[in-house]
Amino acid sequence: MRNVWTIASREFRLYFISPLAYAIAASVFLILGGIFFINIYFGVQSGNISPDGRMVMGPLVTIMVFATPALTMRLLADEQRMGTLELLLTAPVRDWELVVGKWLGSLGFMTALLAVTWVYPLIMHQMADPGIDQGLLVSAYLGLFLLTACMLALGVLVSSLFDNPLPAFFATLGLLLGLWILGGLGSGSGAWSELAGYLGLVDHFYNNLYRGILSLTDILYYVSMTILALFVGAQAIQARRWR
Amino acid sequence: MIQVQGLTKYYGRVPAIRDLAFHADQGEIVGFLGPNGAGKTTTMRILTGYMPPTSGKASVAGYDVVDESLQVRERIGYLPETVPLYPELTVREYLEYMGRLRAVRDLAERIETVMGEVRISGRADNFIGSLSKGLRQRVGLAQALLHQPPVLILDEPTIGLDPAQIIEVRELVRGLGQDRTVLLSTHILSEAQQICDRVLIINQGRIVAEDTPDNLQAQLAGGDRLYVQVAAGQAALTSQIEALPGVRQVLFEPAEDRIVVHSEPGQDPRAAVARLIVESGHDLLELRPAGISLEEVFLQLTREQEAAE
Repeated sequence: MRNVWTIASREFRLYFISPLAYAIAASVFLILGGIFFINIYFGVQSGNISPDGRMVMGPLVTIMVFATPALTMRLLADEQRMGTLELLLTAPVRDWELVVGKWLGSLGFMTALLAVTWVYPLIMHQMADPGIDQGLLVSAYLGLFLLTACMLALGVLVSSLFDNPLPAFFATLGLLLGLWILGGLGSGSGAWSELAGYLGLVDHFYNNLYRGILSLTDILYYVSMTILALFVGAQAIQARRWR
Repeated sequence: MIQVQGLTKYYGRVPAIRDLAFHADQGEIVGFLGPNGAGKTTTMRILTGYMPPTSGKASVAGYDVVDESLQVRERIGYLPETVPLYPELTVREYLEYMGRLRAVRDLAERIETVMGEVRISGRADNFIGSLSKGLRQRVGLAQALLHQPPVLILDEPTIGLDPAQIIEVRELVRGLGQDRTVLLSTHILSEAQQICDRVLIINQGRIVAEDTPDNLQAQLAGGDRLYVQVAAGQAALTSQIEALPGVRQVLFEPAEDRIVVHSEPGQDPRAAVARLIVESGHDLLELRPAGISLEEVFLQLTREQEAAE
């Protein structure tokens, strides 16, 4: 476990000296700020602001689908490209410790980024009377956190399969969008449709957690998907050794 | 410290190493010598737990490299051929990271010691990306020494360095080998000759010879050669030298303007040759033992192997 922490804290700190991470953070905040401003501006003009703390969270998921692959693409692919993977795999570090450490580092950065977006609901809370629904906000943020953790784990898994960050980025993006679209098939009827609906990545968020419905099914879905992705990622690292 | 038996590794259907067997004892510097693609790196990667062998057994410090990989990795210092460094870290940050992963005690102190050993203390706070190749090599070496491993595995530690740096690294390795087991690979024969206590010559995935550098030379040379240069009258001298005791054969090489004297094994005819030349009134310009170079040994061995197959 100590190794997980060592790797995670290095990755976390690395984001703060990485221009890419700043570019991601800047674009996320720029888009969110824009959306927030437009909503408030026209809301004030029409004299009708709905006191909803989630104003920026709806579009945030779409941004995250692009931001998470950008954060995870180099985590393992770059180690492979630069040959430093050989260093890590010949140090007394277990394969899963490496994968979990990388994931945790990226999760730390993303959590910091999500924490900053909390300012928008805080502003809303000041503007609206008698304030916004805090419970709804907490549920939505919990959902967003779980969804992000899951997307990052999938990104780490994909990154372990490549030795170049760019294909890892597009493969992760494809995987995330594919899993999102898969949920759309769930609107039909029958066992297959139900399965597709369950496997869909984003519906668990929008249909329940975003609406303040805290159900164990959705939380379990994200937690188990995350664990599965990290497990397969560790296996992929192990498989590299046999090549 | 290192025991290898029947080690075989296939990449797909291509064999990289076949039925390798060797050992290295404590305090021994063993050189792994062979052309590029002979299987040196593959063997080292198996020993360091980076990849498992297809078949065969290898153990380091008594631990099996496959079943007890973590124990092996704790006891090995490894410098891969392409030195694995993070350019965005400073030397000290990099060593801190590696030291934490290896659970080194009194890390800050160890880092100072190791940086002193490989002489990069002055660059401790420079970014690795800004260092020259020779300095990077030393950072890689520092990383391998950080946890005071009983076994050091160095893959081509002098490749790409300038002559002064090569000499430095060689001296460093020789110093390290006094109380550790060192396995180093190289394709430069004179390097193995200078640093190693024992040399394993590997070609096409098999060990073709194993001995001390001196023995390897003697064994294959079957006797020594002398290069002799005189001012004039070489032709007349050759038959006279050939008659001396201990001399097997004398050849005149007009292109080099020198006489090559092949002596019987174990015989040293240098004094007799010199006396003969001077006493018969010739001017002796040069007389030196040629020996046989490891290059020649190597070519001879690999040719023998190819002929046998």
